[in-house]
Amino acid sequence: MSKKLPLEGIRVVDVTLVWAGPHCTQLLAEWGAEVIRVEPRSRMQPSTRGTAAHITQAQVDRAKGTGSALFMSFPDNEAGERPYNRSPAFNSHARNKRSMTLDIMTPEGQEMFRRLIAESDVFVENNVPETIERANATYEELSKVNPKLIMLRMPGYGLDGPYKNYRTFGTHMEGMAGHHHIRSYPDLDPSMTGDSFTGDAAAGVQGAFAVMLALRQRKRTGKGQQIEMALAEGFIPYMGEFMMDYSMNGRITEPQGNRHRSHAPHNVYPCQGEDRWIVIDVGTPEEWSGLTEVMGDPDWASDPMFGDPVSRWQNQKELDSHITAWTRTQERYDLFHRLQNAGVPAGPVQNEADAYNCIHLNERGFFEELTSPDTGTRSYPGLIFGMSKTPNHLRRHPVALGEDNEYVYKEVMGLSDDEYTELENKGHIGTDYAPGVP
Amino acid sequence: MFDNALEGVRVLDLTHHVAGPQCTKLLADYGADVIKVERPSGDPARSIGPFQNDQPHPEKSGLFLHLNINKRSITINLKHPNGVGVVKELVRESDIVIENFRPGMMDSLGLGYDVLEKINPAIVLTSISNFGQTGPYREMKSSDIVAYAMGGPMNITGHADYEPLKLAGNIVAMHAGSVGAYATMVALWDAEDTGEGQNVDISIYETQAGFRDRRVIYLTAHAYTGESYSRPDPGYRVASGTRPCADGFVNILGFGPRFRNISNMIGHPELADDPKFADPAGRSDPDVAMAFDEYYIPWLMEHTKLEAVNEAQDNQLLAGPINTVEDIFKDPHFEFRGYWDTIDHPETGELTYPGRPFKMSGAELPPRSPAPLLGQHTVEVLENLGHTTQVISLLRESGAI
Repeated sequence: MSKKLPLEGIRVVDVTLVWAGPHCTQLLAEWGAEVIRVEPRSRMQPSTRGTAAHITQAQVDRAKGTGSALFMSFPDNEAGERPYNRSPAFNSHARNKRSMTLDIMTPEGQEMFRRLIAESDVFVENNVPETIERANATYEELSKVNPKLIMLRMPGYGLDGPYKNYRTFGTHMEGMAGHHHIRSYPDLDPSMTGDSFTGDAAAGVQGAFAVMLALRQRKRTGKGQQIEMALAEGFIPYMGEFMMDYSMNGRITEPQGNRHRSHAPHNVYPCQGEDRWIVIDVGTPEEWSGLTEVMGDPDWASDPMFGDPVSRWQNQKELDSHITAWTRTQERYDLFHRLQNAGVPAGPVQNEADAYNCIHLNERGFFEELTSPDTGTRSYPGLIFGMSKTPNHLRRHPVALGEDNEYVYKEVMGLSDDEYTELENKGHIGTDYAPGVP
Repeated sequence: MFDNALEGVRVLDLTHHVAGPQCTKLLADYGADVIKVERPSGDPARSIGPFQNDQPHPEKSGLFLHLNINKRSITINLKHPNGVGVVKELVRESDIVIENFRPGMMDSLGLGYDVLEKINPAIVLTSISNFGQTGPYREMKSSDIVAYAMGGPMNITGHADYEPLKLAGNIVAMHAGSVGAYATMVALWDAEDTGEGQNVDISIYETQAGFRDRRVIYLTAHAYTGESYSRPDPGYRVASGTRPCADGFVNILGFGPRFRNISNMIGHPELADDPKFADPAGRSDPDVAMAFDEYYIPWLMEHTKLEAVNEAQDNQLLAGPINTVEDIFKDPHFEFRGYWDTIDHPETGELTYPGRPFKMSGAELPPRSPAPLLGQHTVEVLENLGHTTQVISLLRESGAI
C-alpha cells in the first residue's frame, strides 16, 4: 500500500513572486503541503502571472519568435479572457497550489493575513525586504500571532547590509554573484551571453530544504523560527571551486564558455540541420579512443598535437575545428547513441519538442497531463525526484487567480458568510484583477 | 536540547565527485554527523583542481575542500567483504545513506536498498545518478555539459549567432545535490513519522528537465503552442540586458513600468512619453532598442558598474553588476553580512570559504571544521562502533580499511 504524502497536514502561506519563491512552494506542494498563494487583485506582481492583466492579441502576435515569448506563449497563442490564468511562467509551478485574493498592503488585508497566519505552519516570501516591512508582515510581527510559525524569507541579498533593498531578478543576481562573467563566451563581451536564471532554482530548492529543517526542529522544540535565504548567498557556493581558486591562489576566473578545466574535447558541435547540436565531453584516454573509433580513425587524430590529454587541452581550438567538420555531416541522435555505445559522454542539445519526445523521460513518466478550465488539457514537466514507497503525481491543475477564496476564507480562516460578502464588496475577493489594472 | 535541526542525525556518505558531496554538504552545514566513506585512494574530487599554488595534492583541491566541510572521513574498501561489513554496521547506526554510484552498483556491492532496509527499516537511501535508476538511458555516461544539453535550457542559453552555452563549472551537479538534500529531508520527515524509510531516486537529467531556470517555462510554452524556441539576440532588448559602462558591464532592467525611471536616470525624461518605447511587444525590437541606446550608452560610459547599479537601485530599477570573482570577495555587502568563513586546515592553512547558503534564527550551528584528511577519522569511527584496537588493526591488515 502506498503511503500518504509526507507533507500532508502542513499549511504553507505563499506570498512569492517571479521564480525563486514560487519554485520553493511548488516543491513543498508536490510532496503534500497545502500551499495557499495570497495574491492582490489591485496590481500584477511583476513577471508572476505574466506581464500585464490585459494583454491584447496584437501584442501576443508580435512577441512570437522573440525573447518575449517567455511571457507571451499562451495556450494556442491566444491571450484569452483571463491571460493571467494562462501564463506558462506561472502555470509551470502553480500546480497543486491554492489561490486566494487579498491585498496585504492595506490595513484590512493585514488583519485578514494575520488570521491566515494563525492557522498556518509556514510562510514563504521572496519580496524586497521593505515590502514585507510595509505590510507589517515581519517575523517579529507575525510570531506574535503564531509563535510556532516558520518564516522563510528569500530576498536577493539579505535582510541587512548595503544591498538589503536592492531589487533583482535572477539575471541581475547572477551578475552580482559572478556567474555571468564566468559562463560568458571566452572571446566575446558579456553583453553577447544572454540571460541565465539558475540562481532562482538554487534558492527554491535550498529554501525548501531549509523549511524541512525548521519543521523537523519545531517538532522537537515546539518553536518556530525565521530562515533568511539570500539568493546570492545560496548561489555563490555553486561556484565554490572558482571562489576557492581566488581564495587559494588569487586567481580571477575569466570567461569559460563551454571549456572545461581539464577535459578536451569538451564543447557543443553543430550537426546536420538547422540549430542542431551535440555535446561531447572527453575526460579520459579511453573516451578519446572511443571518439576516434566512432570518427573512423581519421589521420588528423593521430597527430602528436592531439596525442595526450594535455596536448588535446592545449590545442582544443584546432581539435574543435576538426570535430566540427565531422559532426556537421552527422545526424545528432544517431551520433549520440553511437558515441554512448563507444563509452563517450555525449548528448544532443534538446529543445522543447525533443524533450517531450525523449523515450527515457517518457518511460519514466516525467511529463504529466493536467486539465483546467482556463487552459484545457495540457502536458507539464513533472516531479524532479521519486520515492520508492510513495508513488507521486501532479494532482491539481495550475491554480486560477482567487480560485480557492471560499475555501480559504470560510473553511480555513472561519469567516462568516456576511464577513465574506463584505470583503467581496470591498474588492478584496474576486477571480479577476480589479478594473484598470494594467 | 535540540539546538539545531539535524542534531543527532547521522549520515552515511558513500558519495564522490560533486553531486553527492553537495547533498551531504548541505546536511553537514546544518549539523548532521556526516561520515564520508572514501575508497582507499580517496574521493576522485581530491585529484581535481584548482589546487593551492597549482600543486596537485590530495589535501589541497579547492573543489574537494569546499564540498567536504564539516564531514568526517573513513577509508573503506567496498570490494572487500569486511569493508562491506563495516558499512553495514554503520547503516545500523545511521538515519540516512547517500550514494551517487552508477545504477546497479549498490546491488552488486551487496548494499542494495533491500539489504539496507533489513538492517535498518527506518533508513533513508538517497540515490543520485545521471539518468535515474530506471529507464533506457540509465547506463549512459553524462557530465555537467551533457546533462545541461539534454535536460536543461541550453538550446536557449547564449546568443543567436553562436553555439549554445553551458553553465559555469559544476553547477548542474551542485543543483542535483541540493535537490537530493531536500528530497532526503522529505523522506526523513516521513520515516521519523512512520518508522519506515525508503529509496529516493534522483536523476540529474530530470533535475534539469524540471529546472526552474527557463526550462520548465519553455517546456510549458511548447505544450501550449506547439513551438520550440532558440537563443534570442540578448543585446537588443529595450533598456534591458547587459551593457558596457566605464569599468566593465552592468545589467539593468528599465523596461515596462520602470521605463520612466530609467529615462529620468539618464537625464532624458522626454523618452518616457515617446510612443515608440511604450509597447510591451516592442521590447525585443532591435531598432527600438538601439534608438534608446543612443541616449543610454553615453550615460553608462560616465559611470562605473557599481555607480550605475547604485543609481539604478535608487531609481527603483532592477540592476546588477557583472562581477568577477575578485569583485565579490571585495564587495562591501557580503563583507558587512559576514558571509565568508575562515577555516584553518592542517595542509593548506587558513583559507576563506563561501558561507552557508541560509541563516536560521533558531538554530545554533556547529562551528565550521575543514574538509577531512583522507581517512582522518577511520579509527575514531570504528572505535565508536565498539571495535577494539586489535580488530581495527586486523581490518587494516586485511585491506578492508
